Amino acid sequence: MNADKVTEKLNILADAAKYDVSCASSGSKRQNHNKGLGNASNGICHSYTEDGRCVSLLKILLTNHCIFDCAYCVSRKSNDIKRAAFTVQEVVDLTINFYRRNYIEGLFLSSGIFKNADYTMERLVLIAKKLRTEHNFNGYIHLKSIPGASDELMREAGLYADRLSVNLEMPTEEGLKLLAPDKNRQDMIDPMNFLKKEIIQNTEEKKLFKKAPMFAPAGQSTQVIIGATQEDDQQILYMANHFYRNYNLKRVYYSGYVPVLSDSRLPALNTTVPMVRENRLYQADWLMRFYGFKVNEIVDSRQPLLDLDIDPKLSWAIRNMQAFPIDINKADLQMILRVPGIGVESANKIVKARNFAKLGWDQLKKIGVAINRARYFITCKSTDFERRDLTGTKIKQFILAESHSKYLKNTQTQLSMF
Amino acid sequence: MTRLFYDGTFEGLLTTVFEIYEHRLAHTKLEKGECYTSAMFEDKIKVITDETRAARVLKGLQQKLSPDGIQRLYIAHMAELDKEDDTLIGFIRYAFDSLMNIEEDFGNKYVLRVSEIVGFMRREKHRMEAFVRFQKLKDGSFYAAIKPDFNVLPLLNRHFKSRYADQKWIIYDIKRSYGLYYDLHDTQFISMEFSSINKPDKVIAAYTEDEGVYQNLWKNYFNSTNIPARKNTKLHVRHIPKRYWKHLPEKI
Repeated sequence: MNADKVTEKLNILADAAKYDVSCASSGSKRQNHNKGLGNASNGICHSYTEDGRCVSLLKILLTNHCIFDCAYCVSRKSNDIKRAAFTVQEVVDLTINFYRRNYIEGLFLSSGIFKNADYTMERLVLIAKKLRTEHNFNGYIHLKSIPGASDELMREAGLYADRLSVNLEMPTEEGLKLLAPDKNRQDMIDPMNFLKKEIIQNTEEKKLFKKAPMFAPAGQSTQVIIGATQEDDQQILYMANHFYRNYNLKRVYYSGYVPVLSDSRLPALNTTVPMVRENRLYQADWLMRFYGFKVNEIVDSRQPLLDLDIDPKLSWAIRNMQAFPIDINKADLQMILRVPGIGVESANKIVKARNFAKLGWDQLKKIGVAINRARYFITCKSTDFERRDLTGTKIKQFILAESHSKYLKNTQTQLSMF
Repeated sequence: MTRLFYDGTFEGLLTTVFEIYEHRLAHTKLEKGECYTSAMFEDKIKVITDETRAARVLKGLQQKLSPDGIQRLYIAHMAELDKEDDTLIGFIRYAFDSLMNIEEDFGNKYVLRVSEIVGFMRREKHRMEAFVRFQKLKDGSFYAAIKPDFNVLPLLNRHFKSRYADQKWIIYDIKRSYGLYYDLHDTQFISMEFSSINKPDKVIAAYTEDEGVYQNLWKNYFNSTNIPARKNTKLHVRHIPKRYWKHLPEKI
């Protein structure tokens, strides 16, 4: 191995892959078999970059040569940057050697499109196949499915990979047309549809034959770039909801646009990354997936944007004061989950603990409830509770006044947008 | 108030419970180590660990708690936190004195505290699963030094054994001076005499030639995958507290 050459390639191709935010390595059930190398069961973040993101997988492009010219992408054809391409063996060696040292959970392999979709996909599949069959590698593999690749290749990819993903890139078709005129949204949806059917079919087979081979056991995910085009939060979250429901996606990732290129269709190069908005979208996503919220409770046509200064759950609560206060010792779990300041873990503990004795403020605090937020919305064993008939706006003021939000210093610039 | 002294083992803890019930002690304070002189008029008992008695208490506990509940109690004891022995005693007494299984009564201070301590242990275990960095030695085996906040090495056995089944490895807790060694078949606890080989030059000589290459590649990867426009040092340090940095090649 030529260390210098591989180092240079790694720098170029990791740099080009970093805008893909997915780094999940959980959700698979792959076990170590025949005393081979690795397993993929529960996700582990092995390190964190200085921007605070998890490093779980070796996330690289096979190559950054690309025949497309998408305005938002660093690797676009017309961009004058250094190009590089790994050989199949180089990717295999890097993966195995990083994995053996416990640096990573596995490989996340994507690629620029060279020649055509099938040619590219074939190489991605070849790497996964080599790792699985020649090296008895049972770590996590996430492959990008290349839009337009044949069903046969997609099926083969599913046999070796734990997760497959196609990036929708833009929340709406219009956005995609504007920034990536060569790309077609239907080409991205087709492989999703194909994978969804294969995954369902495989689940059925598994019920009948335990030994049926696994097919993409960690499912599929997608990513959209936010802040590059004009979509509002309502459009983005409705889109996410649609894909969660109709394509059984495990995750939708929201990637705040990092201005890397100057283009009249894009935000200017000095624009800040919309990190607060991205965070609020993830919070809303969590509300849909773990807290039983319907998408139209979070955003609707009267409220198409998420509040930037408070989280979407608090925002929902102060719009729906008629639902509160609730008695923590009696309310359903579903309702407790809706109280600002109470997370999934605390909610479960409350429901278990109250079978033994009624709970008071002290206990709630120790269980992990953020009392400074929750106290406006709940009552408990104590006779001491919020008796004033406060409006939602007032509560918001109180909570903001005593919170030290990590975003407080940013809110000024965010608000001036409206 | 009766002060009890025990040897710090889990069996010792269970024997203590036996003593408490045998002598009907209402208020107790449990400490590890030798019985030493202190205030007058205070009762002191030195608990002598007794496997039969410990087994009887364990059997009793098994009727009051689920297997998971007992496992959690055991893990909480492994945390070896000073001053928390009384929490464990409180938890066990509460379990024995109640008719139903109390392990989910998070309104009770002992149950909640045990659950917190188990949380510390789980977090440290998970951190070690993430932050162990193996280095390849000339003989083909992989070596990692760790310095965990809690004694979690025994909890790491299953994870690493099922993951790195085809390579020999050692994970060594340099704070507690013992390690876990996997020889391709099974794992065993070991201790090594380090004073002589701990000198940096000798350690480097023991590595394979490409160890430095891969460490360097990993550092390069780590830097290339960062997005400077999103810099967030506070979050970074919260995820990887600084005390772990010296064992992470990407942070050295």
